[in-house]
Amino acid sequence: MSAYDVFLERRSFIELGARERARAILDEGSMRELLGPFDHLESPWLPLQDIVCQADDGVIIAKGTLAGHAAVVLAIESAFQGGSIGEVSGTKIAATLELALRECEAGRPVWPVILFETGGVRLQEANLGLAVIAEIQSAIVALRRHVPVVGVIAGMVGCFGGMSLAAALCSYLIMTRQGRLGMNGPEVIEQEAGIQELDSGDRRLIWSLIGGEQRAATGLADALIEDDAQQIAEAVRAACAHGPVAPARSEQVEKYLKLLDAVDPATIDSTSMRLSWQPAHAAAPGHVTQEGV
Amino acid sequence: MERLNFEYPAHEPVKQRAHVGVVGSGDLEVLLSPHEGGCAQVVVKTSVDGYGQIWKSVLDRFFTRYAGAARIEINDFGATPGVVALRLAEAVEASES
Repeated sequence: MSAYDVFLERRSFIELGARERARAILDEGSMRELLGPFDHLESPWLPLQDIVCQADDGVIIAKGTLAGHAAVVLAIESAFQGGSIGEVSGTKIAATLELALRECEAGRPVWPVILFETGGVRLQEANLGLAVIAEIQSAIVALRRHVPVVGVIAGMVGCFGGMSLAAALCSYLIMTRQGRLGMNGPEVIEQEAGIQELDSGDRRLIWSLIGGEQRAATGLADALIEDDAQQIAEAVRAACAHGPVAPARSEQVEKYLKLLDAVDPATIDSTSMRLSWQPAHAAAPGHVTQEGV
Repeated sequence: MERLNFEYPAHEPVKQRAHVGVVGSGDLEVLLSPHEGGCAQVVVKTSVDGYGQIWKSVLDRFFTRYAGAARIEINDFGATPGVVALRLAEAVEASES
């Protein structure tokens, strides 16, 4: 098959909306949505600021099965308010993870999968959004002792702000070449520190710093997968089947402090970063694409 | 943000509810569900003020071809009339499948 045929055969995951993404991950026909749009659990804060709500507040909770095993997919809709986390959308994620934790503790493990596509906290909901992101983070940390918590950053929004920390707490992180993971978005850095610090229009530079390929090559993501719904679903299944990860990345404090100590901010670039931060062994479940690392 | 209400005579029962679209730039979300009372009710919330007459024209035209007794909720984020008409048609198709 030529590269052209491969491209035509592929079903883009990035082009899917959040609901379709959740459906593509779960076993066919197994998806059941909780707190869907007809439940009208909307943001109480956006109308006060003259902003139109979305009926599900931009987060889809999809229960179902993954390779026959009970699972729940949390998918963030990037088209609504940049996938930002408000009080309601964030609580949907946190409460689902807490229920999954309760199930795990009762001996009925549920595999949680989070499809990150978010600029972080919803600024219009400020502290309420931040507080609930903290709840999401502690739920991930509590859950990952029982089951692998799998995160996917497919793009094109990427994953930023407090939710980038939530992604970093996941047991496994799956990215595409198009995905980006970082604390502050490039536009924010340029705005705050000036264009001499970072030119947010330089796409090659931005992706070489925070793109999925770089994150996988430096061990901050576990798998780099093509933008293909089937391949991403397979990578999620492989990660779930692999079981809990110990120690989690965020528990390897000494290792990362040592790596950070060795960084010289004056000379560091994406190539030297790859050389010093490359993962010692391929711990990633699923497959890492050839071009990736 | 503006809220607009419309009502149209309608008699055909709606088979099942349907949800399509997203409240993203230039797009809209449509929630279509069965409605009692021998009429169709439309509630529009739109981010763009002052286009009530255009909404009326789009919906007038839509209800010349649709007779479902539906409650239609629209959350709009600046969609053009063409996009609105397509999303409405998509919602009807989803409610009939």
